[in-house]
Amino acid sequence: MPKVPVQFTLNGEEKAEFVDSGATLLKALRDKIGDHSPKGGCHQGTCGACSVLVDGELKLSCLVLAETCQGASVTTAAGLAENGVLHPLQRAFIDGFAAQCGFCTPGMLMAAKSLLDRVPNPTRDDVVEAISGNICRCTGYEPIIQAVLTAARANSQNAA
Amino acid sequence: MAVKRGRGVAAVNYPTGMNLGGDPSQALVHSTPTGSFMVTLSSVDLGQGLKQVMAQICAETIGVPTEQVTIDTADTDTGPHCMGTFASRGTHRIGNAVIQAAKEARQVMLEVAAEALEVDAADLETDGTGNILVKGAPQKSISIFDTALTAHFKLGRSISGRGMFLIPRSYPEVETGAMKPSTCYAHACTVAEVDVDDETGEVTVVSVKNVFEIGRALNPRMVEQQLVGGSWMGVSHALYETTEPYYPNRDHGGTDFNEYLMPGPGDLADTEIIVLERPAADGPYGAKGPGEMCANPQIPAIANAVFDAVGVRIDMLPITPERILRALRDQRAD
Repeated sequence: MPKVPVQFTLNGEEKAEFVDSGATLLKALRDKIGDHSPKGGCHQGTCGACSVLVDGELKLSCLVLAETCQGASVTTAAGLAENGVLHPLQRAFIDGFAAQCGFCTPGMLMAAKSLLDRVPNPTRDDVVEAISGNICRCTGYEPIIQAVLTAARANSQNAA
Repeated sequence: MAVKRGRGVAAVNYPTGMNLGGDPSQALVHSTPTGSFMVTLSSVDLGQGLKQVMAQICAETIGVPTEQVTIDTADTDTGPHCMGTFASRGTHRIGNAVIQAAKEARQVMLEVAAEALEVDAADLETDGTGNILVKGAPQKSISIFDTALTAHFKLGRSISGRGMFLIPRSYPEVETGAMKPSTCYAHACTVAEVDVDDETGEVTVVSVKNVFEIGRALNPRMVEQQLVGGSWMGVSHALYETTEPYYPNRDHGGTDFNEYLMPGPGDLADTEIIVLERPAADGPYGAKGPGEMCANPQIPAIANAVFDAVGVRIDMLPITPERILRALRDQRAD
């Protein structure tokens, strides 16, 4: 299998790796770079557990080829906390008991971040729409919806 | 043709554990040299919070803060025997084993402290914050940290304990068939309100109101988390989930969880959860097993609500539009 060089920024850090031609971004992140926060659930774009941001846009990393991320800026759940301080979404998920087994959580966080980056004060329907591509087996979704709304309120209070 | 509303109620009496060759769980507790406590299990935390609750149970029994307890659920090859995390048995079975192990460890800890303080172990008590005091003379005390050091470096003792909790296998009585296949029943009641479209067969769950009697909620927020998720799972079982094909034969059925139908975040019913605490005499600090029980009463409640709405009894799960429409057709033919 021919190897392809790829360079991109991951959570603010420059990364350079040789990946198999045709390898997914998910595989590059987990197996090459060692960022295990994106989870491999279905590997066909239906569960959302592998969600990341590529140049600010929400992507399913199991469907993105690593080599197409050349020069891009990739953000994963592992990059949400800054200087040891949790992101408001992470804080709200913990305080709101919005995770049980935790497998969907990194994807939920990225889908929610993508929403809050675009819509700082979302309605409940906005949140439902934003996480509708992410499957959760444990929580029944309601705690997740509430956590995202709580984080949005915390953000807008900080901004005010 | 119209959308019709119906309301249904159901209650469940749900067991903890099971009755195969007996239902054992074991636990080992030991202190580190600095007075932290390690609980060794081979039970698994699936995300329901077993580690947290076992740490609370051990800490309560020994008399130390929860942060002083580490739960090691390492490995079924090397850990003490556990039948596993299923049948809603984790908190109850493993919790009882942890209490027994922690009691034995506490007894050794008090004996060591008694020797250090030159008093009788029966005169000692813990303050819950990491100290052992003489009853009635609290100025005479020793920290658990120093007690552990004394045990390890002066007395050559291990502050440790063994916990063995077994519900023996129950055989049916030959004459009557009576048996006790499980123990410590939890209870729940659900009232479900649904809208049924008698043209499309589609069911929309309007509200689900649940009351759960779970013994004692050892960690109320985590119990609530289980119950909220469980109530949603019950709705999901009632209306959506099946590994069998929908139409028309197995070849058209789902092959993996990508094609396994569950309600998404846009399909949530208005859900209410009420917890009743009636501590169980045989439960660890009164707890029962809320895990699976909480996902059951919604199913018959929704089936009853469908009957109330359109007058057909669906006795196969899930309650699909097809099953409702076939039943309505049969009803009209009668």
